[in-house]
Amino acid sequence: MGTSVTWREIDLGGSVAGGTSERYKTGNWRVERPIIDYGKCVKCLICWLYCPEPAIIRKGNEVKIDYDYCKGCGICAEECPVKAISMVPEEV
Amino acid sequence: MMTKALSRQHRIALTGNDAVAYAVKQARVDVISAYPITPQTFVVETLSRYVYDGELDAKFIAVESEHSAMSAVIGAALAGARTFTATSSQGLAYMWEALYAASGLRLPIVMALAARALSAPINIHNDHSDFFGMRDSGWIMFNGEEAQETYDLTIMAYKIAEDPRVLLPVVVSYDGFIVSHAISDFYALNDDVVAEFLGKRTTGPKIDPDNPRSFGVLALQDSYFEFKRQQYEAMENSRQVIREVFEKYAEISGREYKPLKEYMTEDAETCIVAMGSTVGTARQAVKTLREKGEKVGVIGILQYRPWPTKEVEQAFSRFKRIIVMEKTMSPGARAGPMYEDIASTLYPKHSEVKMIDYTYGLGGRDISPQGIIDIYRLGKELIDKDKNDRVQFYGVRE
Repeated sequence: MGTSVTWREIDLGGSVAGGTSERYKTGNWRVERPIIDYGKCVKCLICWLYCPEPAIIRKGNEVKIDYDYCKGCGICAEECPVKAISMVPEEV
Repeated sequence: MMTKALSRQHRIALTGNDAVAYAVKQARVDVISAYPITPQTFVVETLSRYVYDGELDAKFIAVESEHSAMSAVIGAALAGARTFTATSSQGLAYMWEALYAASGLRLPIVMALAARALSAPINIHNDHSDFFGMRDSGWIMFNGEEAQETYDLTIMAYKIAEDPRVLLPVVVSYDGFIVSHAISDFYALNDDVVAEFLGKRTTGPKIDPDNPRSFGVLALQDSYFEFKRQQYEAMENSRQVIREVFEKYAEISGREYKPLKEYMTEDAETCIVAMGSTVGTARQAVKTLREKGEKVGVIGILQYRPWPTKEVEQAFSRFKRIIVMEKTMSPGARAGPMYEDIASTLYPKHSEVKMIDYTYGLGGRDISPQGIIDIYRLGKELIDKDKNDRVQFYGVRE
């Protein structure tokens, strides 16, 4: 929303057209970055299922982390059955 | 009453609670969610019976608390449904954060409030502490004196709430037990008349898969203020809408509603102000006082929010003295809420009008016509002696 919108023009009751979260790149909230070791990955898709964002992008059975939106919660690393994902501190 | 208006209605005898349920059934609501609490319980019981007997084609959502009841009707209203809930006292207090969500989201929800004292100490009887507690929540607020007013206001509430110029929730309050449990006769409009008056809900925010929107969004420093300013304007707009709805309702029912109910105020020097069932008692007291030559009248407040500023200024600026009777307590304030509203309406243009505030009837302590005569005499004396600088308590053991 532009800051020029007045109270007369603003949408009713604090509602806005959908899809706004796409504009908020929440990746910069991250303290730790999940790194996938593709050598260990067994393509079970559990990380993709569990990611609450979702910031794990799936193509067939291949997974890739979308660092634009990943908040670094670490759920994928916790749930990975073969410990293929490790959480690495972000450089400040 | 006009014969034409009479042909559109029927006379029935119900408790105040059942009168509300009857109005809600006739409004053909889509979703009801409520949690039973004394003295509102029978509204919920009667409505659930209507639904389960097939007399009302609505979804009744049983919930575990009032917070959930208000949340459920908020969700249902966002889905486009005409909704209803009802509560009292602690139940309303438990709804508090969701009350602001309902008005902020601009949802035309209607709620009945069988007004009851707030704990502690626990008390199930009538005063207006719960009602005044939601003063700033952005709801349109009415108070019915008896079953007839409560029934009529409940039907009109939907018309007002759903007007595209308004889109705000409405609460219709009526005194717990005194009105909620007393059976009285009143005129109810015929089902088809109400159906035609209200139609189906077609306005307001609505979740629509073909036009996806986010509701209840985060709005921070850059937009929250604009949303709230717009909400304020909706309340201002409701003044005109309420007037129109009152007029239209008078045409079909023969009953004329106004924000203020005046009685024997024509040449009055002193005016008693009250809300709820006390207004009727005050009329009786005023009648007796008039027979003794006292120039006194009474004004009952029917519409509390939006505060009828113009009407209050017009009505009250002509008195010498105003005695405000409040069934609520605002510890630490200069006076109770109605006193403050009237005083701020009259000041500074009519600051020569003297006022005094009386707290009475807390926790259901009875007020009789003689009690109001006492308040009139004491209040008048204190005003004339310039001893009206603090809240007085009537009926408490000193």
